[in-house]
Amino acid sequence: MSNVRIPPVLRESTGGSRSVDVNGTTVAEALDDLFAKHPALRDRVTEDGALSRFINVYVNDRDVRYRDGLETTIAAEDTIILLPAMAGGSG
Amino acid sequence: MTNTFREVTAAEAVALARGGHRVIDVREQSEWDAGHVAGATLLPLADVPQRIGEVAPDKEAPLLLHCAVGGRSGRAAGWLAQMGYTNVVSMKAPIGHWKEQGGAWEEPQQLLTPAQQRRYSRHLLIPEVGQEGQRKLLDAKVLLIGAGGLGSPVALYLTASGVGTIGLVDDDRVDESNLQRQVLHGSDRVGMLKVDSAELTLRGLNPETNVVKHVERLNADNVERLISAYDVIVDGTDNFDTRYVLNDAAVRLRKPVIHGSIYRWDGQVTTFVPFEGPCYRCMYPTQPPDELAPACSVAGVLGVLPGIVGMLQANEVFKLVLGVGDTLAGRLLMFDAMGTTFDEVRIWRDPACPACGDGAAHMPDVAEPGAALVAGA
Repeated sequence: MSNVRIPPVLRESTGGSRSVDVNGTTVAEALDDLFAKHPALRDRVTEDGALSRFINVYVNDRDVRYRDGLETTIAAEDTIILLPAMAGGSG
Repeated sequence: MTNTFREVTAAEAVALARGGHRVIDVREQSEWDAGHVAGATLLPLADVPQRIGEVAPDKEAPLLLHCAVGGRSGRAAGWLAQMGYTNVVSMKAPIGHWKEQGGAWEEPQQLLTPAQQRRYSRHLLIPEVGQEGQRKLLDAKVLLIGAGGLGSPVALYLTASGVGTIGLVDDDRVDESNLQRQVLHGSDRVGMLKVDSAELTLRGLNPETNVVKHVERLNADNVERLISAYDVIVDGTDNFDTRYVLNDAAVRLRKPVIHGSIYRWDGQVTTFVPFEGPCYRCMYPTQPPDELAPACSVAGVLGVLPGIVGMLQANEVFKLVLGVGDTLAGRLLMFDAMGTTFDEVRIWRDPACPACGDGAAHMPDVAEPGAALVAGA
């Protein structure tokens, strides 16, 4: 089991869950498992099957853009972080 | 026959110095630092035998030696005479007499006034700050984009710490709904311009800090004018447009930007140092749609969150100004108030970045003016 951290702006798609345990040996498999559990997330995180340009995906502390993208392999204890930009500050 | 030297009074010494005698101060560095004869050369007694040849190679040249009262300079003059120096005098008088006789004198370079030494004494005790570090803070110019949630704690602590100039960019007025977290302002300030309210608060906290008010909204037309006079920019804006505009200008002018963002229970902080680490566009190349990034006014924010994130931003400012420690350049720190956890991911310079990548129009020249401010540079 790997663990996916759900950023605050996407938590409405997970019923408020801040992290979700998933199975898979690559980022793609892990995300498929995540979308099976929380279907509403698919459209927020992907565009035409590819990762959304607005969301960075990290395995542990590494951006998958600089590894093998969706094919980046993951181990059981790895943490996957979904990270969209946050704008808030001054308000 | 052995050469000798002559001992002279303070009045005579002053006259000789005016007539061309070279003045050599054989006291210690710490005594020199507390004030010394203008134009003199420091050569502590213990160094005289080894270094006199390099300091005064000409043994015929007229030399005037002095110390605090004439003891050490007498010994040094005796040695010089034995070494073949022919024109050496030693002032046998307290150094105070030299000043009384109108001799040229240079007061010590005081980095801090006595009042500043009292006020910042807890900084001065820290080896990495000290008088020199405090002087850097007093000379620093920091621009805060936004005098709201993040700007409030940053401005308060930077001002208390003695940062000399704080610029505030904000054209908003204080609203009741701001007061739950924007601690620069108060109930009696509702309706007032935020920069005016901020100035009142900061003046009361530390009258020494120069508060510069910019009553405008940062945009592509004014951004370079606004940031060019400052050393460090603290980004506490509430929308993506401003963040991209600021990023691109900061890269062009090579200004470090301390980034902070907040959303309900979550906060993010990082430091962008142009061309030394990634920039905002390296991390997020394209501006996301608004629904992915609602502002505090839409999404809500926990009152303490800007305080926590703002303090982390202020901490980054200190390290950049002092040139110590490791900044968050290349690291994004994420704080989750609900679980009280910090996570960190690495962010990289993107060679394809439209702002700072290899193909960008604003690659640095050989000299980088901002580089001196970067910790470890």
